[in-house]
Amino acid sequence: MRYVDELRDPRLIRAVAAEIARLADPDRHYRIMEVCGGHTHAIYRHGLVELLPPNVELIHGPGCPVCVLPMGRIDDGLALAEQPNVIFTAFGDMMRVPGRRGTPLEYRARGADIRMVYSPLDALKLAQAHPEKHVVFFAIGFETTAPSTALTLQKAKALGIRNFSVFCNHVLIVPAIRAILDSPDMRLDGFIGPGHVSTVIGCRPYLFVARDYGKPLVVSGFEPLDILQSILMILRQLAEGRAEVENQYSRVVPWDGNRAALAAMAEVFELRPYFEWRGLGFISQSALKISEAYADWDAERQFDVPGVRVTDPKAAQCGEVLKGVLKPPQCKLFGRECTPEHPIGALMVSNEGACAAYYHYVHRLAAAGRDD
Amino acid sequence: MRETSVQPTFHDAVIELVHGAGGKASRRLIEGLFLPLLANPALIPLEDSAIMSIEGLRLALTTDAFVVKPLRFPGGSIGELAVHGTVNDLAVSGARPLGLLAAFIVEAGLPSEVLRAEVEALARAARRAGVSIVGGDTKVVEHGKADGLYIVTAGVGLVDPRAELGVHRVRPGDQILISGPIGDHGITVLLARGELDLEADLVSDTRALTPFVEALLEAASPGLHWMRDPTRGGVATALNELARDARVAITLAEEAIPVRDAVRGACELLGLDPLYIANEGQLLAVVDPAWADAALAALQRVPGGEQAACIGEVQEQPAGVVIVSTPYGGQRVIDMLVGDPLPRIC
Repeated sequence: MRYVDELRDPRLIRAVAAEIARLADPDRHYRIMEVCGGHTHAIYRHGLVELLPPNVELIHGPGCPVCVLPMGRIDDGLALAEQPNVIFTAFGDMMRVPGRRGTPLEYRARGADIRMVYSPLDALKLAQAHPEKHVVFFAIGFETTAPSTALTLQKAKALGIRNFSVFCNHVLIVPAIRAILDSPDMRLDGFIGPGHVSTVIGCRPYLFVARDYGKPLVVSGFEPLDILQSILMILRQLAEGRAEVENQYSRVVPWDGNRAALAAMAEVFELRPYFEWRGLGFISQSALKISEAYADWDAERQFDVPGVRVTDPKAAQCGEVLKGVLKPPQCKLFGRECTPEHPIGALMVSNEGACAAYYHYVHRLAAAGRDD
Repeated sequence: MRETSVQPTFHDAVIELVHGAGGKASRRLIEGLFLPLLANPALIPLEDSAIMSIEGLRLALTTDAFVVKPLRFPGGSIGELAVHGTVNDLAVSGARPLGLLAAFIVEAGLPSEVLRAEVEALARAARRAGVSIVGGDTKVVEHGKADGLYIVTAGVGLVDPRAELGVHRVRPGDQILISGPIGDHGITVLLARGELDLEADLVSDTRALTPFVEALLEAASPGLHWMRDPTRGGVATALNELARDARVAITLAEEAIPVRDAVRGACELLGLDPLYIANEGQLLAVVDPAWADAALAALQRVPGGEQAACIGEVQEQPAGVVIVSTPYGGQRVIDMLVGDPLPRIC
C-alpha cells in the first residue's frame, strides 16, 4: 500500500534505529515528548520503544483530545443528548468515553438518539434530512478537526439551516505545550511535534519552544520510519547543541500551514479566556468557542447547558504522567482501579491516551506472571 | 452429580451493549452469571459447541443469534449468516452438521418480500453447506423492535471420530494457521451501514467452513489440536481466550497475517486493527509442528483457501498473553476486545 509500506520498510527502520543508538550519548538520559496521541498510539502499536536504546525515553504528551476533555464537558454534552427532539452526533472516539452516568453508547442503549458521524458535515446532512429535529454536533479535537467544524458552520449559515448547532470543545495545542514547558517539574529534552495539527497551523507557532525554552521540536509523520527519523533529528540537534524547529513531515505539512483553514477558523471561532484540561487544570486562552457571528449555531447559547464540573479523584496522577514525571504504571491507580474498561483518569480513556496505550500494548506482558 | 452452590460474580447493574460485543465484558457476563447458575460438564468448557456422548457417538450442539444491521450487505445477508454461523460453530468442533433449527423474530411491518428473500438465502446456504433446516419457530414483535428481523439458529452435528480437539491438547511449539485474509466481514458491514461515506471493493467472507475442517481432518487429524472461527472480537479475541484457557503464550508474526489491501486501507483510515475485526468465514487452527505443513497445504488446496497461512506459534511463557511481533523487531501485546471497534477520527 503506497505511503504505508515504504514507511514500514524493516531494513530502513533498523538502519535508522542503529543510527539513533550510535548517536545517543550513553552517559546521558534523553526525555523526548511526543505531543500527539496519534504518535503515542503508533509508537506502541509498532513496538518502537523496543527499537530505542534504554536511555532514550519517550514521554507521552497531552495531544489526545478525548483524554484532556474534562468529564463535566461530557456530562454537559450528554445533557443536550437527553433534550427532547435532539439528535446528538459525535465522532466514534467519543462514543465510549464515560460521563458520570455512562458513555454516549450507554445513553443510546437507554434511548437517547445519539449517532456516530465521520465528519461534522454528515451531522449537518442529518439536520437537513430531519427538519423536525434539532441536530447537535459534539465538536472535539485540536486544530486538526477545528477547520471542518468551522467549514460546517459556514455552510449551515450560508444555507440558513437553523436546526443545527455545535457544542464546541475544540482546544489548541500551543498553550498546552507552553503549560508543560512552564511546569516546575518539567524535565524534557525535546519534542516530537504533532503531525495532523501542523498541517493546519504549520511550523511557525512552535518557534517559541526553540527560541524561549531552548528545546528542539521536530514535526513528525505517523509511520514507524517517520517517528524514528524525527527522534534521530532531535538527537542530532542535541548532539550539535542546536535547538530548532524542523519539519520531518514535509510531504504533508507546509511550513506556513493551511491559510484557508486558518481563515475559516478565525471567522467562526474566538478564544475562550480559559478552559479546563483534564490532568493539566485550567489553561488560559487554550480553547475555542463559537464567535458572536455564529451565535445562532452555538449549542451553549441555544440550550441551557448545565455547566457541570467533575474533578478527577485525587489519587489519579494524570498530570504527573502528562508532564513526564511518572510513567503510566507508576500511577497509584494504574491497572488496578483505573483500566480501559473502567477508566478513572483522563489518559486511560482513549486508545491514544498514554495509559490506555501502555495498558493495551505493554502492561499485560509485564503483568502476565502476576495476575493471569 | 452433587448440587453445587456457585454464586454468580457478575454485579453490573444494567446490561449494556458492551456485554454483547464478544469481548471482555461478554466474557465477564458469561462466566459470572450464566456459568455459575447453569454449570454442568457439557457447558463448562465454553467451547463453540457442547459435546454430549450418547451410546458411543459424540454429538455436537450449538446455537447462535443473528442481529446484523443492515440485513443485506455486499457478499451476503442475515439468512446466510444464520446458516454459516451455526454450521461453523459445529465445524470447528470437528462436527459435520446433521440438521439445523431456525427461529425468526420478525418486526411487524417488515415487507414480506424481505422475509422471503432471507428465507431463500437461508435455504440456499443450507443446501450449499449440505444441511437441512428441520424445524423452526416464528414470532412477530411490535413495530420498532427487532430491527426488521432477528434469526436464531441451533444445530446438531456428529463429531468426526478422527477429531480430538480442545485447549487441553494445545502445546508449546504448536503452529497457528488461518484459512484466509481477515477482517473482510466486519469492514464490509461497517461500510454497508453507509454512515462513513467510504466505499471499498469488498465483500463479506461469509461461508461454511465444513470443507476446510474436512481437509484438515483428512490431512492432519492426529496433529490437529484446536479450532475456532474468529467472529465477533476477531482473531485477537479468539486467541486471547485460547492463551488464557490453555495457559500458554501466543506469538504472531504481523507480516504473516493475510489482510486484503482494502481492509488494511479502511483500518488505517479509521484507526482500527484488523485483528479485532469480525470474520464469518475464517478458521483458526492450532496444529502440532510435525503436521503443520500438511495442514497448511490442505487448507490452501480448498477453493477459497489459497491465502491460508501460518501466522504464529504457541509458546510456554508469558502464559495468558498474545504478542504480535512487528517486522522490524518490535513487539506489542494484543489484548481482548473492549467493546465494539469504533472508528477514531481526531
